[in-house]
Amino acid sequence: MKGRTLVRHGKEGMKNLGRNGWMSFASISAVTIMLMVVGVFLILILNMNHFMSTVEEDVEVRVYVDLTASEEEQKELEEGLNQIDHVESITYLGKDEGLDELIESLGEEDRAAFESLRDENPLNDAFILQADEPQLTEEVASQADKLPHIDRVDYGEQVVEQLFNVTNVLRTIGIVLVLGLMFTAMFLISNTIKLTIVARQKEIQIMKLVGATNGFIRWPFFLEGLLLGVLGAIVPVAAVMAGYHYLYDNFAERLRLNFAELLPVYPLTLQVTLVLLGIGALVGVWGSLTSVRKFLKV
Amino acid sequence: MIEMIDVSKTYSNGVNALNDIDILIEKGEFVYVVGPSGAGKSTFIKMIYREEKPSQGSIIINGADLTTLKEKHVPYLRRKIGVVFQDFKLLPKLSVFENVAFALEVIEEQRDVLRKRVMEVLDIVKLKNKARFLPDELSGGEQQRVSIARAIVNNPRVVIADEPTGNLDPDTSWEIMDILEDINRRGTTVLMATHNREIVNTIKKRVIAIESGRIVRDEMRGDYGYER
Repeated sequence: MKGRTLVRHGKEGMKNLGRNGWMSFASISAVTIMLMVVGVFLILILNMNHFMSTVEEDVEVRVYVDLTASEEEQKELEEGLNQIDHVESITYLGKDEGLDELIESLGEEDRAAFESLRDENPLNDAFILQADEPQLTEEVASQADKLPHIDRVDYGEQVVEQLFNVTNVLRTIGIVLVLGLMFTAMFLISNTIKLTIVARQKEIQIMKLVGATNGFIRWPFFLEGLLLGVLGAIVPVAAVMAGYHYLYDNFAERLRLNFAELLPVYPLTLQVTLVLLGIGALVGVWGSLTSVRKFLKV
Repeated sequence: MIEMIDVSKTYSNGVNALNDIDILIEKGEFVYVVGPSGAGKSTFIKMIYREEKPSQGSIIINGADLTTLKEKHVPYLRRKIGVVFQDFKLLPKLSVFENVAFALEVIEEQRDVLRKRVMEVLDIVKLKNKARFLPDELSGGEQQRVSIARAIVNNPRVVIADEPTGNLDPDTSWEIMDILEDINRRGTTVLMATHNREIVNTIKKRVIAIESGRIVRDEMRGDYGYER
């Protein structure tokens, strides 16, 4: 392919875009709406994933010692816990400290009520285990559960699972929406390009007769599709960048107080931009190539 | 050059257009293809530049068997065959020069070679002074000359003309014949489907007559042979 030819194809593609202005506009809008949704869901899901992995990092196993266990039995248990694979650290949390921790996490009013429990502490002594890999937490917990002198074993399974469920639902909704919109956009693009092809059918016929290769004929339509897709990506990219910037500036601090952390603006927006441009280009090219194929049989 | 062996063509709608065609056309020949409308002339012509494929038999052009020719090689076959149509098939928004240059542009010819070659063929068809005109500004005969120029611009070995004089008045038709004969004298094989009895009977060449999908006559220096 020579440079001059590529320039020619580019010009043809642009000309076609203008020739069917309204259809081009409709296709670009469809791509824009589709990518807007993709962008929002991507940012949501990526942040959820990030949040989940930070929560997972913090996941610990609490092994509560049986209330009736003697001190020796407790020692025995600690040794048993030490034998478990993949345990990174073991911290002892006596029942008094446990109560302190509990009281601290409560509001002013409840505190007084629980203060009175100091003399007759109903809590168990506990060991806090940290798995060397978050994913192994469950395994460590179940191993610990088999040891004697244990009241119960707790770990953050519920939190993680709930988060996981929310993310899954989000992901499913996102994928369904995006796929639906993607097909709409593709359909519109391939129709737009069909119009330009019909307008140029005579030209294509002559091109074929004088020996143009299919590739040569396809190029302008390929570029037109690419252009439709990429133009459709401009607004969503700008919106996602500006929107996330705003969100981050205004809410990141507040969320951090709640132990949730937003992903930093860079490189997230850059990655999302690339994904959006990529999907836009893909949809455009796909739409154009599906419509050209059958017109090439002369 | 052009060889057909036992060629038959039945269209997908069941129409039987050609039956057992056997023909050999040598390099440098000038051949008329005559016959009533619907006899299969167009199918015969279209199979040579591979717009239609035969249902049976084989066609060999310049040593290449069209029945086994891969789709992606078809463009390269067509670069060696120039086609002229009754309705000219010019692009209305392009000038005469651009219409002719179009055939070289799609094969990505160098710009300066292209310019030189286009002016050469415009000289052959005597339209050098109208290179900047649009097709609409030309007479029918001139438009047909542009389409002939486009057909020969990449030096094809064969020029196929499907009723090139069908839309033209008698005087203009003779002009077109002059040009086709000129091209033939330069060594290009010319194959021309026609209904023009006067031309066939005056400029004596080989005549192939097709009726109901069969070759009924093949004579050197033949006559048109049909009463009008």
